[in-house]
Amino acid sequence: MSDIDLGKRPAANRSGALRSRLTSWDSIILVLTALVLIIASFTVDNFGTSRNFTFMVLDLLPIILIALPMTMIIVTGEIDLSVASTLGLTSSMMGWLWNQGLSIESIIPLCIAIGAICGVVNGFLITTLGLPSLAVTIGTLALYRGLAFVVLGDGAVADFPWNYTGWVTGTIGGGAVPNVLILIVVLALIFGIVQHATPFGRSLYAIGANAQAAHFSGIRVARTKFWLYVASGAVAGLVGVLWTLRYSSARADNGAGLELAVVAAVLLGGVSIFGGKGSLPGVLAGVVLLTALQNALRLEDVSGQALNIVTGTLLVLSVLLPNITTAVRGNWQRRKLRQAAAR
Amino acid sequence: MTVTSDRSAPTDAPLGAPAAKRFGGLLKTRELGIVLALALLVAYTAIDNPRFLSGQSIRDNLLNTAILAVMATGQAVVVITRNIDLSVGSVLGISAFAVATLMSNQDLPMVVGLLAGLAIGAVAGLVNGVLVRYGKVPALVVTLGTLYIYRGITYSWAGGSQVNADELPRHFLTFANDSILGIPWLVLIALVVVAAGSVMMRNYRVGRELYAMGSSPAAAELAGIKVARNLLGAFVLSGALAGLAGVLYAARFGTVDAAAGTGLELNVVAAVVVGGVAVFGGSGSVWGAALGALLLTVIGSALAVLDINQFWQQAIVGALIILAICADRLVAVRIARSLRKRDAHV
Amino acid sequence: MLRSPRTLLSVTSAALLVAGLAACGGTTKDSNTNAGSGTQASAAADPNAAIKEGLKIAFLPKQLNNPYSDVETGGGKVAVEELKGEYKLVGPNDASASSQVSYINTLIQQQQDVIVVAANDPNAVCPSLNQARAAKIKVITFDSDASKDCRDAFINQATTEGIGQSLAKMALEQAGGEGEIAVLSATPNATNQNSWIEVMKEELKKPEYAKLKLVKVAYGNDDDQKSFQEAQGLLQSYPNLKAIVAPTTVGIAAAARYISSSSYKGKVAVTGLGLPNQMREYVKDDTVKKFALWNPADIGYLAAFAGAAMASGQITGAPGEKFKAGKLGEYTIGADGEIVLGPPTEFTKENIDQFNF
Repeated sequence: MSDIDLGKRPAANRSGALRSRLTSWDSIILVLTALVLIIASFTVDNFGTSRNFTFMVLDLLPIILIALPMTMIIVTGEIDLSVASTLGLTSSMMGWLWNQGLSIESIIPLCIAIGAICGVVNGFLITTLGLPSLAVTIGTLALYRGLAFVVLGDGAVADFPWNYTGWVTGTIGGGAVPNVLILIVVLALIFGIVQHATPFGRSLYAIGANAQAAHFSGIRVARTKFWLYVASGAVAGLVGVLWTLRYSSARADNGAGLELAVVAAVLLGGVSIFGGKGSLPGVLAGVVLLTALQNALRLEDVSGQALNIVTGTLLVLSVLLPNITTAVRGNWQRRKLRQAAAR
Repeated sequence: MTVTSDRSAPTDAPLGAPAAKRFGGLLKTRELGIVLALALLVAYTAIDNPRFLSGQSIRDNLLNTAILAVMATGQAVVVITRNIDLSVGSVLGISAFAVATLMSNQDLPMVVGLLAGLAIGAVAGLVNGVLVRYGKVPALVVTLGTLYIYRGITYSWAGGSQVNADELPRHFLTFANDSILGIPWLVLIALVVVAAGSVMMRNYRVGRELYAMGSSPAAAELAGIKVARNLLGAFVLSGALAGLAGVLYAARFGTVDAAAGTGLELNVVAAVVVGGVAVFGGSGSVWGAALGALLLTVIGSALAVLDINQFWQQAIVGALIILAICADRLVAVRIARSLRKRDAHV
Repeated sequence: MLRSPRTLLSVTSAALLVAGLAACGGTTKDSNTNAGSGTQASAAADPNAAIKEGLKIAFLPKQLNNPYSDVETGGGKVAVEELKGEYKLVGPNDASASSQVSYINTLIQQQQDVIVVAANDPNAVCPSLNQARAAKIKVITFDSDASKDCRDAFINQATTEGIGQSLAKMALEQAGGEGEIAVLSATPNATNQNSWIEVMKEELKKPEYAKLKLVKVAYGNDDDQKSFQEAQGLLQSYPNLKAIVAPTTVGIAAAARYISSSSYKGKVAVTGLGLPNQMREYVKDDTVKKFALWNPADIGYLAAFAGAAMASGQITGAPGEKFKAGKLGEYTIGADGEIVLGPPTEFTKENIDQFNF
């Protein structure tokens, strides 16, 4: 729009780019997250303790891991609402396989594979048959959760080995750093590098911005999306395993409703639901912001009900505020141009 | 699909009419598919257990469908405009709790309750619509946000309390079961809502405009359609009907707490999708969505009657949604092919 | 472009495998020995210790917004006030096991003295409860027990046998001595309901119940609408049904509401466990002749006193220890740290107006 006019003056363009970079939502969210963490550590009793840090990491574990592939999927302009149900199905299968007498070491990779298969089904329906991802994954959301109940139905399986359940809830050497944090860091690094430092990652943005144009410029759109769904399923499967171990309880209803929390966190992190825009650091900050806020408010005895309102409002604001600032900035620039023209 | 004829009509009037007829036929087969599935299911279940066709059973199924069908009507209109309203479950919750509280304190006539529910829902829908249109926030994000917000408000307000059946006036509770000419009020209201919605979308200008907006938002705006007004209208309608559904819920179930209708949005979207409304807007019908609601409800009760492990229910619903969108895709591909053929012929 | 997705996949799966195969050997169900039990090193009980004032006692029911839990915790609040302690009530909006864990963690951080919890899943809350106990917080379970090795005492509303027998007895009476009966329960994995139903099934094998036939156990998931529809389904599938037994307050209310508004009224009896306030209407219109329940307020009341006695060192949770619970009198801790409240009350048209909960 008006940026094109300003483009004639390189200096102004650069400063404009810098300004828009600083005022872009993912930087705002990073600052906001840092602020919440700092303020909460000083004002909320028991917030800054190492034990609370462990609790927080465990609370954000499922959301942050599933958000990694979800970010890529939403960047390509698609969505995956079936992740929480994949988690539930994996958890059920884990309990069932354990009851069949399989060793936990073979169950874990099997469960991740089951998650990946769920992703393959989604990917097939969406890319090969060309069906809309929103509708498909609402369908598989019901389907996978239903299958989870078919597999485990009545019961919960609870007697998983202590050295595994203890590892998930434990800390490194009994210190302040939770074991699962390593997992989060490793996976976040892998996904971050793939998304932001590889041609594959850049192709995701191209697909999200204009799938047809991406296709004509030689990007295999369908294939790329297919593998994203497989990755999403596999990660959901892994989280199903971790969830089961953390609560030492394999149940069909594990993780119900988590898909909304993940999508909320990704959008809060500045990823556009229309695709083509957003960064992983922003999403990570979004997850931390949501979890830290909930944790701090709970410590202050704010009821869970009010947390719903905070989450919902943040979600709407995350899209509304950037829109308003863009509109205001557009107005301001138009006025400046008009003044320049008048002169 | 029918909207295609709208688009071709101004430029290609003589061809428009037969095309419309042809697409109408295809559309009929789409809804015919649901009717057939429904008939098969009922026949199979009835052979297994004839009581499935008893008066009481039919009445129960219709009563259970009523609330879902009312919400599906509003949702269908929103989805046809290429939007979505995920907040309907929470709107139902807030309306059900508000109306139950209102009615439990005083002896007000039923009409007041119905109007209050409609009004609360309409306001909730208006908020959604304004954020979507003027805030330029995608409907999925807005209504996902208000899903949390409306539910949170209800929880904060209820604060753990609930309205019990014995606190509600008798006429309010009997409303759900009372019938006129043998048809329960609840079903009658649902029928009126679905019929009015169908007629509006099929025969009225505003309905056709909503289809046009769903087919191509940009083209609709350029064609001079009052997009803002229509969009707000669609969201207000969806909200108001969810509010109305809240009143019906309170009357039918008698016990209302802050969790009423949690997760219902997925059933509503499922009913709409199964009923043949495409999630990308521009095609489908209100009565198709209502049929979808009926099919989902009948599946639920048929499983209970057939003594099939109820755990299968959710999986079957999921498979059905996927089947439905596959079928839609097939129809769309066929239409595209026939269009190409026709163009070649011309 | 072809290579990149594969690279992504292989890198991801490698990472997943590394994470999954972190430990060695093959641990199966059989070789598994659970070492994660409680770490309680309690001192000997001092029966004469005075109850401390200002104890921080927190209640964590299965979920908020449940009228039954509200009555229970209401009784707890009264007791905490009598004890001059600090009462706190927290809880999730949904009855899921995992959401309770976050609240337990918060209570640990807030350094409560006693946590009184109704477990949504006997195992899922265990690691957190043991962390609480390691932080010198006393853990009392009520309503629905957690595993024995992660709580200090359990307030049992009535013995499992007592409830199961009373359910069977009411079913026999209501069905008129013979015919088909069905159970409308809560969730399929609800600990309480399942154990009561087991006892009930055992009871039905006795000769006096020979003419009674249990045809189906349906699950309404403690969801009003679902329970309502399940009641409908039962009557369609079993036209000769004589009685529905619902051992859950949500289920019995939904079943009674359905029957009272349908053509089955007067033909099919509803009985089970219910709240007088929710059932009053259906008892008065003769849909329900008799149902039972313990006084939920007393459960919360007793739990608060047990927690205070434990936090003050009067008791440790060992069998045989005695403590005084205000208006309820003296209680003795039974095997496995269980404290039984007493027999359930039966409600009929005659006495229902004496109760308000």
